[in-house]
Amino acid sequence: MGTILFLIFFPIIIALILLVSKADKVRDVIVKIAALAIAAVSIVVAVQYFKSGGENFAVNIEAVNYVMMVIEALLAIYIICTGIKHRKYLASIFALIQTPLLIWFELTNGHHIAVQNNMYVDRLSVIMILIIGIIGSLITVYALGYMKDFQHHHDDQPDRRPWFFFVMFIFLGAMVGLVTSNNMIWMYFFWEITSLSSFWLIGFTKTEEATNNAFRALIMNLLGGLGFAIGIVILGKVFGTLELSSMLALGSVYGELMAIPAVFFAFAGITKAAQMPFNSWLLGAMVAPTPTSALLHSSTMVKAGVFMIIKLAPVLGMSNFAGIMTIMVGGITFLMASFAAISQSNAKRVLAYSTIANLGLIVACGGIGTPEAVWAGVMLIIFHAVTKSLLFLCVGTAEHNIGSRDIEDMDGLFVRMPKLAGFMIIGIAGMLLAPFGMLISKWAAMTAFVDSGNVILVAIICFGSAVTAFYWIKWMGKLAGIVAGEERIDQNVHKEETFVHATLVALVIIVCLMFPLISMYMLVPYLEIVFGGLSAMVLSADNMIIMVVMIAVLVLLTGLFFGKTNKKIVPIYLAGANKGDNLTYQGSMGKDVAFKLRNWHMESYFGEKKMNLIGGIIATAMIVIGIGFMVGTLVSLLGGVA
Amino acid sequence: MMIKMLISIIAYLILAPLVGGFLAGLDRKLSARMQGRVGPPVLQPFYDVFKLFEKEAQTVTRVQDFYVMIFVIFVIASGVIFFAGGDLLLVIFVLTVASAFLIVAAYSSNSPYAQVGAERELLQMMAYEPMVLMTAIGFYMYCGSFAARDIIVGVSMPFLPLIGIFIGFVFILTIKFRKSPFDLSMSHHAHQELVKGLTTEFSGKTLGLIEISHWYENVMLLGFVFLFFANGTVWGAVIGVIVCIVTYFFEVLIDNSFARMKWQFAFKAAWIVSLVFGVINIFVLYLIV
Amino acid sequence: MSYIAKSPWVIHYDGSSCNGCDIEVLACLTPMYDVERFGIINTGNPKHADVFLVTGSVNEQNKDVVKQIYEQMPEPKVVVAVGICACSGGVFKQCYNIMGGVDTVIPVDVYVPGCAARPEAIIDGVVKGLAVLQEKRDKMVKGIDAPAEAPETKAETSGEEEKADQAEKTEEGGKTDE
Repeated sequence: MGTILFLIFFPIIIALILLVSKADKVRDVIVKIAALAIAAVSIVVAVQYFKSGGENFAVNIEAVNYVMMVIEALLAIYIICTGIKHRKYLASIFALIQTPLLIWFELTNGHHIAVQNNMYVDRLSVIMILIIGIIGSLITVYALGYMKDFQHHHDDQPDRRPWFFFVMFIFLGAMVGLVTSNNMIWMYFFWEITSLSSFWLIGFTKTEEATNNAFRALIMNLLGGLGFAIGIVILGKVFGTLELSSMLALGSVYGELMAIPAVFFAFAGITKAAQMPFNSWLLGAMVAPTPTSALLHSSTMVKAGVFMIIKLAPVLGMSNFAGIMTIMVGGITFLMASFAAISQSNAKRVLAYSTIANLGLIVACGGIGTPEAVWAGVMLIIFHAVTKSLLFLCVGTAEHNIGSRDIEDMDGLFVRMPKLAGFMIIGIAGMLLAPFGMLISKWAAMTAFVDSGNVILVAIICFGSAVTAFYWIKWMGKLAGIVAGEERIDQNVHKEETFVHATLVALVIIVCLMFPLISMYMLVPYLEIVFGGLSAMVLSADNMIIMVVMIAVLVLLTGLFFGKTNKKIVPIYLAGANKGDNLTYQGSMGKDVAFKLRNWHMESYFGEKKMNLIGGIIATAMIVIGIGFMVGTLVSLLGGVA
Repeated sequence: MMIKMLISIIAYLILAPLVGGFLAGLDRKLSARMQGRVGPPVLQPFYDVFKLFEKEAQTVTRVQDFYVMIFVIFVIASGVIFFAGGDLLLVIFVLTVASAFLIVAAYSSNSPYAQVGAERELLQMMAYEPMVLMTAIGFYMYCGSFAARDIIVGVSMPFLPLIGIFIGFVFILTIKFRKSPFDLSMSHHAHQELVKGLTTEFSGKTLGLIEISHWYENVMLLGFVFLFFANGTVWGAVIGVIVCIVTYFFEVLIDNSFARMKWQFAFKAAWIVSLVFGVINIFVLYLIV
Repeated sequence: MSYIAKSPWVIHYDGSSCNGCDIEVLACLTPMYDVERFGIINTGNPKHADVFLVTGSVNEQNKDVVKQIYEQMPEPKVVVAVGICACSGGVFKQCYNIMGGVDTVIPVDVYVPGCAARPEAIIDGVVKGLAVLQEKRDKMVKGIDAPAEAPETKAETSGEEEKADQAEKTEEGGKTDE
């Protein structure tokens, strides 16, 4: 219990300290120590609850509820004011509806509902805490170096770094709170804090674009928050409980009925996980400094959304409309976002679409709600967090050193910044190739989809996987290209950045090697508790062994043979007119012509706008149908009671 | 069980290149006859590869051969998993890794022709991958297992219930075998267009290894065709082998009757066939199984 | 025994030919002559080729290209000059921009004269080249411990005096058949 509270409050204290310390050196020291402490304590949490697998905590302090209510009210007032100030009235309206709704509910009904356990830890929370604690704090360390460069590039603006680090640490604290709250009102509180933190981080640069995108993120997440609040009200009024655990327990008996609040919670999860039609906020978030993107994509924010849906998995499924809505929104998002990623050449946008696609897959897994699907979903969360943070941080460093985040400008990165390019290639391999984690999870997801009997989903994953390979490999190829005549430019990379990259690369490989253990000791026991009975492993032991052997072979071969050759190195073929430098050829008019190689984006097939439009329409339709059905059920239910 | 598995792995390792090379030789002979020529000796592909091994060793980058080595190892590994009776999805994924490394090898040379080939190869991968995955899923749904060893002893022949998937698979086999009209990424016949595409910058031994890997791969792909007819009896096996041979020669016939198409056609055609034959077949399987 | 002679892959380059010889080279691939009988494949890539077929004389514009294609072919390799222009410059020899035959730029192993050279002659020339190829391969095997650049230096020295050192000069007329 103490460790959990530490993980919630310690980052907040650090955040406050960082807010007032202006000196670079002080900040460096504080952030590094804090990151180390958070990572260490999250490992301690894992060890602490490894045997028992989790615990519930009552934490029945009445004052906490009031404090939260007051903070919520203050935040709502803040949102309403900023909304009006920036003429984003929608944000004000959403805040104006949901917070009074919830406060009214709490004051009239909430008090009479006894809450046994306000907080809990189980194996899933432990996994999430590890992700937040280790990857989240690595990102804060990375941000130290990155933000120095950032300030250097924007030296006409006031130094707002204390604020930046303040929000980052608040974010981490709130995330830990979110994954350990059993009381839905508490969870809602943390949920809103993460929404607001991301608003602040996205709008950090205060340019017009950043402010607009920040408001878009805020509005969409407030809409989700509204869904959350309605879900809480229904849960409290109709079912007389506020606890997640009792909701899930009731759900196993009254699955059909529990789907009614679940659809609202799932909707909140869908907005937070940036599923279509709400994906635009995550793309807009790309204007923020790269550590923000890394944080939002890997360990916080969007992971809160999918965490919610994975939690709800037992009450979703193919049998009710809440489940079908979640499955279809996830599936469509996976397919359409994968398509759209092909047409992008901006590295951060490719990463963003890939995140949206993978979240779609996780959401679909949660929606199916079988143990196998949830297994795949959680594995995806783990691997995605590690790999995606690595890729984002690599792109951030590349951007500061080559002055562009466009993939087309990453020509010869392997020559210019060999270490960084190597890290990126490992990251990309981690996203799609066989012995690495993402593919294992995708494999399990595929099996789960086939078993769920949803033909559309089977087709979606077949086509989506093919497309995923296309856009990753072309990027990988771009990085791997050996362009002659390039100089090394990686002398100025901050030590912190390289350290974080290397750590994350090590994590990618370690997690891949350890995944049978993670599955055996963390996931399978968790699934057994949630779904009851012995759940079979999705992948047989043979296949896991083959995977682990493959990765060992790959690592070994790379160590032994990479870059070693005793063959004669000859120039490339340029129709016999290579000028000898591998970069220019003699043109037909006797002039030297330099050639440039560009990738293939297939705009006419996979144009971003078209994909977003189609995906948005279908996903909206699914959400309307899903929520509509559930509201209809609720109305008929209440009518029947009356 | 273990011994049987070992025998089939060793048999695959030794026989697959022989069978694959022999089939390639027959292919060239047959193609020549279809064009009214005499054609090279049946053993010509072996001569070619042996010759490539005798050539001077050269490369354009220090890393290229490493990627190709991984490609070769993983192609062979995917076949080994298949013939050891392993998981079909694993086989497909390992093969994808292999292709990815070959593509990266081509990219790494930073040569325009190699890159055109690499991108076309990527497109082809995107075109055939859904159907390949659906083939594995079809087997799983009908036979209840992804493992080749379980499918092969299945009681009834999966061919009829999976007929749509079979048609789709044979269609994308044209891409996999690099036959016209879909020999977009590397073809001796396309040298006006892309020199040798993907393999432009490979020479000598490296090229020879790529050739051998293709033989391994082709044999494994024919193994997939065989699975459609396996029902645990000798008759099933005989029919399977005959259909494999017929399929191979059907591909040769297609190769000789079509010109190379544009990539747009290859992509659209493969996806439409996958959608129509593959998805409908899977839907029907849900109804009948 | 070596397989080099059993699988000669050919690259064809048109120097400044009138296209007569080129048509004849392509004719070799047709069912009528079918050079694939000998395992010959027409590649477009010097890195895969063993035999370099040059038609037409070499001019100031393309001498570097000819040289580079030759250099990019991995050892062992032979050069076959097809047609009288490729052998000596032919009727274009006196032109202001013509260097002369192919051997003014790279060492030629087999000369196939004719205007245009007949397919039979070309095939014969290539087959003769195979013997040279075999010879070079044997030398390569023997000299494996010797520095590998030995053939390279040869490639760089060009010009008239090289001609004398060249392997056999084939004088195959085009009147052997019919």
